[in-house]
Amino acid sequence: MLADKDRIFTNLYGQHDWGLKGALERGTWDGTADFIKKGDGWIVDQIKASGLRGRGGAGFPTGLKWSFMPKGDDGRPHYLVVNADESEPGTCKDREIMRHDPHVLIEGCLIASFAMRAHACYIYVRGEFILERVRLQAAIDQAYEAGLVGKNACGSGWDFDIYVHHGAGAYICGEETALIESLEGKKGMPRLKPPFPANVGLYGAPSTVNNVESIAVTPTILRRGASWFAGLGTPNNVGTKLFCISGHVNNPCTVEEEMGITFRELVETHCGGVRGGWDNLKCVIPGGSSVPMIPAEQCDDLAMDFDTLRGLGSGLGTAAVIVMDKSTDVIKAIQRLSYFYKHESCGQCTPCREGTGWMWRVMTRMVEGRAEKREIDMLFDVTKQIEGHTICALGDAAAWPIQGLIKHFRHEMEERIDQFSANPDKAGSVLNVEAAQ
Amino acid sequence: MPKLTIDGKEIEVEDGLTILQACEEADVEIPRFCYHERLSIAGNCRMCLVEMERAPKPVASCAMPAGEGMVIKTNTPLVKKAREGVMEFMLINHPLDCPICDQGGECDLQDQSMAYGLDGTRYTESKRAMAEQNFGPLIKTEMTRCISCTRCVRFTTEVAGVHELGQTGRGEDAEIVSYLGAVVTNEMSGNVIDLCPVGALTSRPYEFNARPWELRKTQSIDVMDAVGSNIRVDVRGREVMRVMPINNDDVNEEWISDKTRFIWDGLKTRRLDTPYLRKDGALVATTWSEAFEAIAKKVKTSDKNKMAGLIGDLNGAEEIFAFKSLMDSLGVDNVDCRQDRSNIRPEWAGRAGYIFNSGINAIEDADALLIIGSNPRLEATVLNSRIIKAVKQNEMPVALVGEAADLAYEYTHIGNGAESLNELLKGKHSFAKTLKAAKRPMIIVGQGTFIGDDAKAIFETIANLATNIGAINDDWTGLNFLQSAASRVAALDLGCVPKNESVNYNSILNASKAGDLDLLFLLSADEMKLCDLDNSFVVYMGSHGDVGANSADIILPSAAYTEKFATYINLEGRAQLGHKATFAPGNAKDDWAIIRALSDHLGHKLPFDSLEALRSKMFDIAPHFAHIGSQSAGDMSQLQSQKISGDISSTPLNSTIADYYHTNPIARASKIMDDCKAAKLAAISEATGTNG
Repeated sequence: MLADKDRIFTNLYGQHDWGLKGALERGTWDGTADFIKKGDGWIVDQIKASGLRGRGGAGFPTGLKWSFMPKGDDGRPHYLVVNADESEPGTCKDREIMRHDPHVLIEGCLIASFAMRAHACYIYVRGEFILERVRLQAAIDQAYEAGLVGKNACGSGWDFDIYVHHGAGAYICGEETALIESLEGKKGMPRLKPPFPANVGLYGAPSTVNNVESIAVTPTILRRGASWFAGLGTPNNVGTKLFCISGHVNNPCTVEEEMGITFRELVETHCGGVRGGWDNLKCVIPGGSSVPMIPAEQCDDLAMDFDTLRGLGSGLGTAAVIVMDKSTDVIKAIQRLSYFYKHESCGQCTPCREGTGWMWRVMTRMVEGRAEKREIDMLFDVTKQIEGHTICALGDAAAWPIQGLIKHFRHEMEERIDQFSANPDKAGSVLNVEAAQ
Repeated sequence: MPKLTIDGKEIEVEDGLTILQACEEADVEIPRFCYHERLSIAGNCRMCLVEMERAPKPVASCAMPAGEGMVIKTNTPLVKKAREGVMEFMLINHPLDCPICDQGGECDLQDQSMAYGLDGTRYTESKRAMAEQNFGPLIKTEMTRCISCTRCVRFTTEVAGVHELGQTGRGEDAEIVSYLGAVVTNEMSGNVIDLCPVGALTSRPYEFNARPWELRKTQSIDVMDAVGSNIRVDVRGREVMRVMPINNDDVNEEWISDKTRFIWDGLKTRRLDTPYLRKDGALVATTWSEAFEAIAKKVKTSDKNKMAGLIGDLNGAEEIFAFKSLMDSLGVDNVDCRQDRSNIRPEWAGRAGYIFNSGINAIEDADALLIIGSNPRLEATVLNSRIIKAVKQNEMPVALVGEAADLAYEYTHIGNGAESLNELLKGKHSFAKTLKAAKRPMIIVGQGTFIGDDAKAIFETIANLATNIGAINDDWTGLNFLQSAASRVAALDLGCVPKNESVNYNSILNASKAGDLDLLFLLSADEMKLCDLDNSFVVYMGSHGDVGANSADIILPSAAYTEKFATYINLEGRAQLGHKATFAPGNAKDDWAIIRALSDHLGHKLPFDSLEALRSKMFDIAPHFAHIGSQSAGDMSQLQSQKISGDISSTPLNSTIADYYHTNPIARASKIMDDCKAAKLAAISEATGTNG
């Protein structure tokens, strides 16, 4: 278990003051100007050395990403864009930061912006996050008033402005280029890459889009040193991470833990264990709705980090752990996710626009069993036809849960089909419905 | 110059090409739906996926820039599977109603499904259906067929320059709609029919009329404006079924205006198909020889100074030459082609004084533009798209002197009258600085500028302004005159302007109205009032029963532009050949042949018996007409600094086109053009809320 002294988010649950006074007491904004005076290169090097990997889902090294920003000055401004469009089902970590510890994020924005030579930072907050938006704006106002941001931020000599923008409630706007489009006032549709945002991003200027958590941990990394952060967790999967555990555990929660903690320790230490005991576990979706599920038999000493989960054909994603016990109709669960992706597909590119609807419809029949067994293979084939063929990763995200289901619970799908075909009338066939009328 | 390997073949391509373009250079065909070389890249259809070495997944070749050392494979099982997958997705919600779809036979989806389609369907769920949209009288929609490639949206925004179409909704509910359900009224809208790779947007007037394989296709030149758009006339039997654009990078790229595209129904109505003679106040059908004799009788009794000839807007160079030759042989000087009432004269500065000197392509190179007395959107619709392109891609600043109008781009309105030119000349207006600072400034002068008596003074002022801002020098030609009629440049080249400077189109018509003319010849000239012709003996030669034919005493029916071989000189001075796609109706003949036969009856037999003989005579006077496809420039030095010979009035400079859809006799005979006008008027009244 992560020691209390190593926690970055010390007001995650909001027991203390969220405001500037409370933040200062917790050590936020301590020595910020000194970091800035050490130069942007130093900050990027520290972040690189810390081994921080992006907390938004893909796990790309943050320091490396920052170093992609163009070095010379071609007259275009640089921008930092913070992705607070936290919409991945199961994920509820960024909102805790924004509503309970907003100054950690604001300080991180200043440091990250300076490291990328950006004078402006935009925080794109999910449309449904009303309180978070208000809190964040209030905290920014406090920071402006205290001279922590604005002209000569913190007395560092760096001019820095920070803006909060709220979305209109579209999952796809969490994709970095769709977020940029939306921020520019256009329809939230992902852009083609290349060019990457680091070259042509917001308003055509070099931009970097980072997750809230990635930005919010940077001040503490600088304060406590890259080696402290790198010393936590497992090699290549270092530091602390906010885990959001939901589903069939006794005490669902968001908790900061060391990377690489085992799944069992995570749920038993923080969540009061799986509902009905460890043996009642059926499967777990370890990283938000878009990663394939992992069945209970692989969960015994499952380490929660990027590389281990990738090795199992899944992923850490946003570390939104969705636990399902044996009472779960896992087909229905995935069908619900399919509906979500069908509903959230932006409609720009063909495979996702057409394929998500197809998958959802087939999944809906699979829930009932009103299907043929060969359609399971067809469904798998359809997911493969979407995966990797789309502009953004939403296509992959829609395909993976179904692939995970078919991989691990094919027998259950077949049973369902058998049950239906054994007694189709009772299951409400068309003829039956007509007869009843 | 990146070097890359495509299907094992090494190829070096220009910088800035995409993989798809590089593949085309390597003769590897890549299927595509959304990609179009003249539109921005959307990359949304995913049909052009190719395999790239070291890339974890297939890449969309239309959007990926070709890079040094890339290894591209387009014929692997992975690529085939990817494309088949995309094709399957496109087809699952497509109605597959090819037998009742007008796109059938020329449909990208149909063609590509032959290569990448499966032989059966795996999709057993309900198909999606979309509601029809009302895009107006020209575009029929069947949105269920739409594959959301967004070509139409990109075209209307980028080429037509208006925001009329867009995509709303998301996921499988995404659909192409017009803005707030309004009717599409831009003058280029018909091009989306060609762009649509499926049958979602088809031609409403052509609906269920013909199949592409039934049509005989003839290349020709459009005469609806002076751009000289390259067209293909599709004919079934003797009937023109439709008009399509042909690509010409120097002229119309691959676009044509709606007037060009949908004029064809006007070719079938109100046609003059036999000679007519007015007897006792009524026109009666007659024979060619009787008609000619009647003319000969009238000519004998007419004073040559009391005869006049007016030339219309749609004629080819051959008939203008024949007409001018006939008038010359009769000693008639009062021949005028300036039907737009412009007072421009060819001797002011030679050809350079009335053609679009720089050529249409040069608009894209210009870095500042001043438009004088013109509405290019109406006068040369396709040319206006080049201006839109330059404004959008190069942020070219534009200013206008003249009537303010919606040109589909933003501009600085300097003033209504020509006196604002003096402000520019003296550097008083802020745009004068922009023009002066520009490396390649351009001035486009419409004929509306030269309507008044001060035409010469305005012309000289413009020439001075052009010299002053550096629009005319050895490296750059930036002073352009915009003609709006297909026949005008050829007619001016052939000197069809009265020698007497005080005589112009209006004065000839005034004389006719006053009964001072013995005989008036009209070569397809119709832009006048009926009362202008009442008191003269009028011989009308043309294809349509319009104003001229209505009050003519003798009608000689001739072929329309789709029914003859003719040379057209476009507004740039580019000679282009129109070909005969079908036959003129009834007894109608080619204009030049009518004139040649008439000359015999008049005792002034013209020295040519064939079109070839006519052309060789014509080339003696205008050798540049023989250089088909190329633009012959004028002598720009004649335009440089002029002495200003008079004062400039403050009369507003209005465009010569007031009623865009009815500018010529064919358009006035077209019901489709009527519908377009009605739709436009309805859209305007709806927008202003005056429809109650």
